[in-house]
Amino acid sequence: MISALLPGLLIQGAQMLVVLLLSPLLTGFVRKVKARLLRRQGPPLLQHYRDLLRLLRKEAVVAENASWLFRATPYMIFAATWVAAALVPTFATGLLFSWSADLIAIIALLGSARFFLALAGMDVGTSFGGIGSSREVMIASLAEPAMIMIVFILALIAGSTQLSTVAAFMQTPAVGLRVSLGMALFALLMVAIAENARIPVDNPATHLELTMVHEAMVLEYSGRHLAVLELAASLKLLLYLSLIACVFVPWGLAPAGAGWATHILGGAAYVGKLFFGGFMLAVFETSIAKMRVFRVPDFLGAGLMLGLLGTLLLFVSRSL
Amino acid sequence: MPTINALLFCVAALLATSMIAVALIRWKGATQLTYGATLLLTATAAALAAGRLFGDAATPLTVTLPLGLPWLGALFRLDALSAFFLLVINLGAAAASLYGLGYGRHEHAPHRVLPFFPAFLAGMNLVILADDAFCFLLSWEFMSLASWALVMAHHRIDDNARAGYVYIIMASFGTMALLLAFGLLAGPDGDYAFAAMREAAPAPWLAALVLILALLGAGSKAGLVPLHAWLPLAHPAAPSHVSALMSGVMTKVAIYGFIRITFDLLGTPAWWWGVIVLIIGGVTAVLGVLYALMQNDLKRILAYSTIENIGFIFVGLGLALAFAANNMAGAAALALTAALFHVFNHTLFKSLLFFGAGAVLTATGERDMEKLGGLIHRMPMTALFVLVGCVAISALPPFNGFVSEWLTLQAILLSLGLPQWGLKIAVPAIGGLLALAATLAAACFVRLYGIAFLGRPRSAVAANATDVDLWSRASMGVFAALCLVAGILPGFVIDGLAPVTQYMVGAHMPAQASVPWLSIVPIAESRSSYNGILVFIFITFSALLAVAVIHRLASRAVRRAPAWDCGFPDASPALQYTASGFGQPLRRVFGAMIFHAREEVEMPPPGDTSPARLQVSLRDVIWDALYAPLANLVLFLAGHLNRLQFLTIRRYLGLVFFSLVSLLVVLALWP
Repeated sequence: MISALLPGLLIQGAQMLVVLLLSPLLTGFVRKVKARLLRRQGPPLLQHYRDLLRLLRKEAVVAENASWLFRATPYMIFAATWVAAALVPTFATGLLFSWSADLIAIIALLGSARFFLALAGMDVGTSFGGIGSSREVMIASLAEPAMIMIVFILALIAGSTQLSTVAAFMQTPAVGLRVSLGMALFALLMVAIAENARIPVDNPATHLELTMVHEAMVLEYSGRHLAVLELAASLKLLLYLSLIACVFVPWGLAPAGAGWATHILGGAAYVGKLFFGGFMLAVFETSIAKMRVFRVPDFLGAGLMLGLLGTLLLFVSRSL
Repeated sequence: MPTINALLFCVAALLATSMIAVALIRWKGATQLTYGATLLLTATAAALAAGRLFGDAATPLTVTLPLGLPWLGALFRLDALSAFFLLVINLGAAAASLYGLGYGRHEHAPHRVLPFFPAFLAGMNLVILADDAFCFLLSWEFMSLASWALVMAHHRIDDNARAGYVYIIMASFGTMALLLAFGLLAGPDGDYAFAAMREAAPAPWLAALVLILALLGAGSKAGLVPLHAWLPLAHPAAPSHVSALMSGVMTKVAIYGFIRITFDLLGTPAWWWGVIVLIIGGVTAVLGVLYALMQNDLKRILAYSTIENIGFIFVGLGLALAFAANNMAGAAALALTAALFHVFNHTLFKSLLFFGAGAVLTATGERDMEKLGGLIHRMPMTALFVLVGCVAISALPPFNGFVSEWLTLQAILLSLGLPQWGLKIAVPAIGGLLALAATLAAACFVRLYGIAFLGRPRSAVAANATDVDLWSRASMGVFAALCLVAGILPGFVIDGLAPVTQYMVGAHMPAQASVPWLSIVPIAESRSSYNGILVFIFITFSALLAVAVIHRLASRAVRRAPAWDCGFPDASPALQYTASGFGQPLRRVFGAMIFHAREEVEMPPPGDTSPARLQVSLRDVIWDALYAPLANLVLFLAGHLNRLQFLTIRRYLGLVFFSLVSLLVVLALWP
């Protein structure tokens, strides 16, 4: 019993550690590339780790009228995001617990994290927190349905909502070239940009700007609470890149029960995909301007419509 | 004693409690006595129903009492479907009674509540138990009237009288539609027993007509758009534990009525029934939650959110109808399980949230969110339980709302095999609407909780609130715990629903309790599975691990300081985000089209120091397009028919003669 479960458990444990340790590097890498594209030197690659450690060691300054919810929220968000990130195949599909939550549940876990973050933004009772929460739920109200539509497309093609099964199916020639998949990819890229508060939807690098969303919600946080929230944000970025990678470029993913060499190869392929994705994100972000906040619904509405169209095509094409 | 006799005994005892409450109304202990008795009786009934559901649910029990129609008697029947609904209803009723033990003490007009409360509960139980049309309709009307009396309990408050008026009109309309539906079902022989209706297979056009009438009759009670107009007026007007009953429980009686007629009495469905129910359900879900997002009254938000959840349930029922029409019994069982699971869930969290709103009302006397805030500090227990309700109703894991949504989405993913084009196009679109409704619900409850319970108090009453009595907190705590348990151990609920779906669509989902690790697996593990308890354990463990590691190795120092707010000093609580402000982005995105939302800014001329004003106007399009013309038509007709009221005796006799002749002519010409 134990020996049968051991490889899966090892891979699952390794994955949890990999996503946790790699995510600040990814964020640092994106920052570095963005700086280089702007012909700046940029912070060192490992700067984000140092920032997090520095924040962790500082005392937390909590607003006088903050409730227990304010202090518990960072940990809840971190936990939900970490669990979700641990269930997206990164370098191998044979995750021991992949059946405990399928793609819909992973999306919903991120939804739980967002719910609490939006509440935390309103807990202290400042106008900035409220504006952030209010805009966050507006963005989510379109991004999440779009994401569900993308899930529909993937699930209908692969015949499963289980991410490991979907990833394994995408490696087989049975997938073929489908219009719906292309639509799903475009919609997923749009949703990923919005969900991770990247330009053009939100700007992760600003404070004190009326257009900010994510940064406005975490404005009152400091010290270890802020560190945990930033780590969760990095994890979320990593999660979305892993998701795109494991569904649309699944090559190199080690199948369940593969040998060590395949796993190491899978790891190398994963790091390569991750940094390519990060590079493309940085290029995209430097080449586009931030949108006005009420243009965001148009942007995400397009994503939702793409997802809906893709699903509809799948429903209709099967009978022809 | 057979279970059904015991249940009928409980109902009789409830009616007796009602009489006793009338007799003892002046006595000080009447409140405690009434709610204590209803608590005991409904808890017993819930236990009996549960025993039946998890025991021998497949064999129906029947009883005939010498009441009702002389040639028929009053028929009662307890099968799997009624056992499930009796469990849900009496569970909600027991919690409301427990809550009433504390909340009822603040009631300033107990004589207007106490006699009707047990009668209302008895009426709902009788609807579920009835096995003939006469008995069903009588109980249905009894339930409607008792709840109407409860809506009118505080008749002196503005708008409550109007709420009661609209409610009684819509309730009569619903009963009339059901009366016609049963009339058609009974056929020319007029056999009103459900058993006879089950045997008879009505012609397709007749069945379609019955479906429409059932949608009108049950749908108006459940709050389907566009028949929902009375619901957000009437539900909040009643005392809070009655609001919980009306929203959380009475709407379920309506859903029972719909399921009983369409799935049980009508026989094999046609595929397009599914399309109609799906579209109405999807539209109801999205419109309900959009309305909720525009409201500032706590209880009204909850009432509109009920409309959303009813839409959600009807989507599940529509899917089940579509699958059943195409002989996909397994998929139909999954869709019906999802719908019934949501029935159970909605009773839990909507009752819980109405209890919470009642607690806020008791503590502050306010229902307007713009005057609340910061209650998490002053009402910690209530705030915690309401938070659980908000997370659960937003369909977020690991709570119960997510499981029913997840099951519904899985059912949608099975619909690829449906052959009809109408369904092929409708189902994915409805899937999109459901996803939209679910995220908007999350936005709605972030708004409700964030404005009312978080932040700083916006009024003196909110600043001086204290938490409510033990009874109220106990009933909220029990339902909050049930929300979590049903969310992390959904397999047991699904197994409990197996006999119901077996009876209704001839199949049931695979047994879940024996799946390793208590996962739920609708079809096959390679296809989809979800494990609430593992997700819950993972999240708790990860969070505790993070806390332990950081507190141990890094820092645990905390300093309290004034809020930072980008350096803005000492802002007044009025500068916080308001409920209207929070909803503004969503109003701009969705409201312009649906509510004709307009924002007008009045700026003073330059140099003038008077304040600028922002005026927001919303129009209820459905009210304007449907209800207002109808009301105008009725007024117009009444105005003209009024002339018939003051005639001479000669003209009256002429009128009578004319009517008689025309009736006789119709009779003579009738084939």
